[in-house]
Amino acid sequence: MSEVDPSERILNFDEAALGYTEDEAASEAQRCIACKNAPCVSGCPVGVDIPAFLRLLSERKFEEAYAVITETSCLPAVCGRVCPQETQCEGSCTRGRNGDPVAIGGLERFLADRFRDAPLPSEILPAKNRRVAVVGSGPAGLACAGELVRRGYPVTVFEALHEAGGVLAYGIPAFRLPKDIVRREVEKLRALGVEFVCDAVIGKSLHLFELLGEEGFDAVFLGTGAGLPRFLGIAGEGAAGVFSANEYLTRINLMRAYEEGAKTPIYRARHAVVVGGGNVAMDAARCARRLGAEVTVVYRRSEEELPARREEVIRAKEEGIAFRFLASPVEILSENGRVSKICCEEMALGEAEGGRRVPVGTGKLFSIGTDCVILALGTSPNLLAADGLKRGTHGILVDADGRTSMQGVFAGGDAVTGSATVILAMGAGKRAAAAIDEYLSAL
Amino acid sequence: MFEIFRKERLAEGVCRMEVHAPLAARHARAGQFVILRVEEGGERIPLTISAADRARGTISLVFQTVGATTSSLARKACGDKLKGVVGPLGVPTDIRGVHRAIVAGGGVGCAIALPVARELHEAGAEVVSVIGFREKSLVILEEDFAACSDRVIVTTDDGSYGECGNVTAPLSRLLREDFDAVYVIGPLPMMKAVAEATRPYGVKTIASMNPIMIDGTGMCGCCRVRVGGEVKFACVDGPDFDAHLVDFDEIMQRNRTYSDFEAREREKDCRLLRGGNL
Repeated sequence: MSEVDPSERILNFDEAALGYTEDEAASEAQRCIACKNAPCVSGCPVGVDIPAFLRLLSERKFEEAYAVITETSCLPAVCGRVCPQETQCEGSCTRGRNGDPVAIGGLERFLADRFRDAPLPSEILPAKNRRVAVVGSGPAGLACAGELVRRGYPVTVFEALHEAGGVLAYGIPAFRLPKDIVRREVEKLRALGVEFVCDAVIGKSLHLFELLGEEGFDAVFLGTGAGLPRFLGIAGEGAAGVFSANEYLTRINLMRAYEEGAKTPIYRARHAVVVGGGNVAMDAARCARRLGAEVTVVYRRSEEELPARREEVIRAKEEGIAFRFLASPVEILSENGRVSKICCEEMALGEAEGGRRVPVGTGKLFSIGTDCVILALGTSPNLLAADGLKRGTHGILVDADGRTSMQGVFAGGDAVTGSATVILAMGAGKRAAAAIDEYLSAL
Repeated sequence: MFEIFRKERLAEGVCRMEVHAPLAARHARAGQFVILRVEEGGERIPLTISAADRARGTISLVFQTVGATTSSLARKACGDKLKGVVGPLGVPTDIRGVHRAIVAGGGVGCAIALPVARELHEAGAEVVSVIGFREKSLVILEEDFAACSDRVIVTTDDGSYGECGNVTAPLSRLLREDFDAVYVIGPLPMMKAVAEATRPYGVKTIASMNPIMIDGTGMCGCCRVRVGGEVKFACVDGPDFDAHLVDFDEIMQRNRTYSDFEAREREKDCRLLRGGNL
């Protein structure tokens, strides 16, 4: 897939990957060898019939190919862009054993973009009289709402922020996921009959028991995500110029603070140090670069263990972002209340403990001069809405179908698992929708 | 929704507005706040709820024009609509077990202190309110405090009204008597001074923090405050914290993060009002 030249793309927030042309898409789809057991499908958390859409695409039956995807996924333009295909569908692709796997993600994106204005399939089952409230309008909530509305339920989605989309709106930058795509996907659900109520914090403005009581909902789905940022707990973290990646990205993505004339301020650093190695760290680093900073990513393991998607790391490097591996911050120093330096300890990799090798301190210290530190250390579930529900190891406790400890209340996505991926959250939202349907049908 | 039902000037640059926001009014308690957007594309700013009327579905907000967003809010008139109001956010002020309390307010912070005094009064506690201002023309809400306090002491920095000086002098005097708690709401240096004044007496002192915020639900972490060495989020763990444990110096530093931007915006705003070119 062709991409904008790095020297050009660091000048704006436009999408970096350009997408396929018709010819490119059709010929890429022809590379599918239609394996009998379709390992790609078992690699997809929502089970899109990948060989079927690839065959139709290779025959240039674009509309039919798109219909195959939307049968199972209500957010193809999003998934085609931000799913970690390399560990899912493409990771299990037989072609990948010897060369490149079929570019399933890119092809999904091609179809979704081609039909960006087409409505979602609207064969809606006969209307039912039980109402469902969905809390949170991120991937889990949207998938759950989409599935329920197709099953004939009136659905109201409550969103705490002023725009729907959850992490798709506030977290993922426009150069990876243009914001008009998110708005369009939300509009498509609205067109199917989903009602959206923004600026409503469940757990504060309205409580769970009120939704199930006087507000007249028969079931509630909590897709409230993992929004609480972690901090390092080291000295100096409170200085001006130290941000959670959530704050930094929210200012940019949701509040569009990078735009000329924006009312929300954004800190324009000369040099930014981003701490962490996940996708959020890459997003923050690439945003800081676009705002004119020299950027260094500090990660406590080595390059091999970076949890971020490979293609995002490559893009970050192309954009001139430096990496300092095997380094762990010990103190943030400031001058006149503003960050001036970050002091780190050099790390070495020890034994693997249930997966990745554990970094151990060497006692050797070094520091990097900087006027900005962005902490991308992961997030934990925000349980503001989950009052009275039992909690599990990572978040809200649920069974395999998303039932919580309270009757009529279901949950899924990052609120249950801790921070994971868009597609896993969508899968959980869909499964919970089926369980909600079953629950309401039995009432 | 979000229509302005009433607007009233309390002092130079200080305004009270009653806004239709039924979702925020429904559960609003003293000490809680809303996040407000004035215009499409505008900033999200936190403002404390000064009063709530559940029947009318309204909340009252008292604010001082300090930046571009509060200036554009001040320019709105009755009948105008705000773009968004979300709340009530934060944990309500804890008044449990308090029978005798001092409520100390500084400047526009008095608007936030007022509902605390009112709630204490309604719960049957004895309330002494100490409210401080820079000068006479900036004194606000004196009568409102009188209505819910057993005693009201007004101070002005320049002595143009009430006692001369800041609130700490009358506070130290009062603390020779027995009080269960001191609630302090005002500018950070004032709250820090009050915390130092009450510390020797060992009286529980609660400060209402007002750091920078975006979402108000625990998501951005920019409202973090160090309390007793621990990182707390003012939006979900607060905004009230034990004033004797708050690291005021750190939060004062971080509240200046965007001071350059804010100064530029204020400048633009002034030129706009003067009708000059941008």
